[in-house]
Amino acid sequence: MVAVSRKISAGPVFPGAEMASPESIITVKGINKVYPGQVHALKDVDLDFPAGALTTLLGPSGCGKTTLLKIIAGLLAPTTGEVLVKGRAVTGPGPERAFVFQDFALMPWATVLRNVAFGLELRNVAPKERQDIARHYIGEVGLAGFEEKYPHELSGGMRQRVGLARALAVNADVLLLDEPFSAVDEQTRRKFQEDLLRLRETERKTFLFVTHSIEEAVYLSDRIVLLSRRPGRISQIIEPKIDRSGSPDEIRRDQAYLDIVEEIWQGLRQFVD
Amino acid sequence: MDARIDDVVAARLAAEPDERARSRRQLLAWRLASIALFCAAWEFAGRIPINLAFPTFLETVEAFGEMLADGTMLRAYFITLQPLVIGVVLSGIIGVSAGVAMGLRKSVEWVGAPVFIVLQAAPVAALIPMVTFIYGIGMTAKVISVCLLALPVIVLNSYKAVANVNPSLLAMCRCFLGNRLQQIVKIILPDASPVIFAGLRLGISAGFIGIILAELLITPTGIGDLITYHRAVANYAHMYASIASIIVFSALTLTLLQWVEVTLFRPEKQR
Repeated sequence: MVAVSRKISAGPVFPGAEMASPESIITVKGINKVYPGQVHALKDVDLDFPAGALTTLLGPSGCGKTTLLKIIAGLLAPTTGEVLVKGRAVTGPGPERAFVFQDFALMPWATVLRNVAFGLELRNVAPKERQDIARHYIGEVGLAGFEEKYPHELSGGMRQRVGLARALAVNADVLLLDEPFSAVDEQTRRKFQEDLLRLRETERKTFLFVTHSIEEAVYLSDRIVLLSRRPGRISQIIEPKIDRSGSPDEIRRDQAYLDIVEEIWQGLRQFVD
Repeated sequence: MDARIDDVVAARLAAEPDERARSRRQLLAWRLASIALFCAAWEFAGRIPINLAFPTFLETVEAFGEMLADGTMLRAYFITLQPLVIGVVLSGIIGVSAGVAMGLRKSVEWVGAPVFIVLQAAPVAALIPMVTFIYGIGMTAKVISVCLLALPVIVLNSYKAVANVNPSLLAMCRCFLGNRLQQIVKIILPDASPVIFAGLRLGISAGFIGIILAELLITPTGIGDLITYHRAVANYAHMYASIASIIVFSALTLTLLQWVEVTLFRPEKQR
């Protein structure tokens, strides 16, 4: 947590803002986002994301959850407010964050191997080294043997695995996932969720996950941030303490799991009409 | 990963080369059959005859052979190709650079886009007498005729291609810390290349129109001369042979360009 102590010494830059708790890796302070045309997407969002946890942003469509994720990624600038990652203010994308895109964002002209290694290629890592790293993560996401295939030769679920491997390959501390499973069919989605839980154990990274699926959020998350309808603000933070030692099916039948799903649904109901 | 899904996908991928080779052979057979059908229809129409000035297919082939043997055809192509190649190469280099610059920079777009949009909309054949007025009847005038026709479509396609690059890939490049140069070289140009090449193909076919227009309107030289001369002396088979040869030549050139594009820039399309 060296970075955090550096942030504390840089404290006066953000007068009035309370200090982040030491274990939080991302701090969101007073974020407002107004799109041209006076569309108020986010209003006064303050949040801490604990290091090593999987946090989900959940809310009705148009609540600004993707906007918040893109602000944290540095792809969008907030209208007011600030995001700190490891104590440093975000002014754009950085090496400590990697993004997984809803539409995969794979280069159709590049093989799986080149796509996965692309983040390292942009950082001028030598070809041999970046291909070795890429091969390792292609194996990690279960795509070994598909290195020389092109994206159009893969199914939707496999393409998103390529997107995930690319994000893992740059060895960022934080993985930002923007509805990664929304373009994937239900069976693949469930398998993917289980793999993600496993990867979380082996990779020890912080995950930030945007979804509109309550079940997915409860199944995967340590912490669920519920956003209200536009302008999005935090309506509730839930920490589902679910025992994940059982099989996926046991978890999905677990009473605690079902109770939390119901609780969130009751919380979100008011936004649906 | 679900092992069964993997196996199914792997089996499908392995089976594909065979299937593709078979469908490629079928496609080739159909193409040859359609060419044969066209030639037969031409022969039939010539024998009715639908018009006294319409030769049969075999007469045309014979005329073509004759012109090839006595060297007139090769000489005509040698003359026609000079301004065409110079004009097309110039248009390609200037057109792609200008179009890409317009797509990348708002200021260049502001200056360039109106010029080329007007040029593309204008009936350029009407400008050719003016070109003759300024540049005379030599090589320069013909090169300019080719460029006038080829340039606008190449510029506008390159410009649209760059302006419409997949925004998600641009965001991906930014996210993984690509700088502007990397963004242009590794994302924008490859993503824009299919549309840029479509523009080049259209530009080259417009260049063929330009050179034939110039050879018919400015001074009869090369293939344009062959066409006008044989029409004047009522050698219709020779006239048709000249016209057909330039059409076939133009089609072959465009096919060659497509092959170059796929081989060099789109490896995934070869699968």
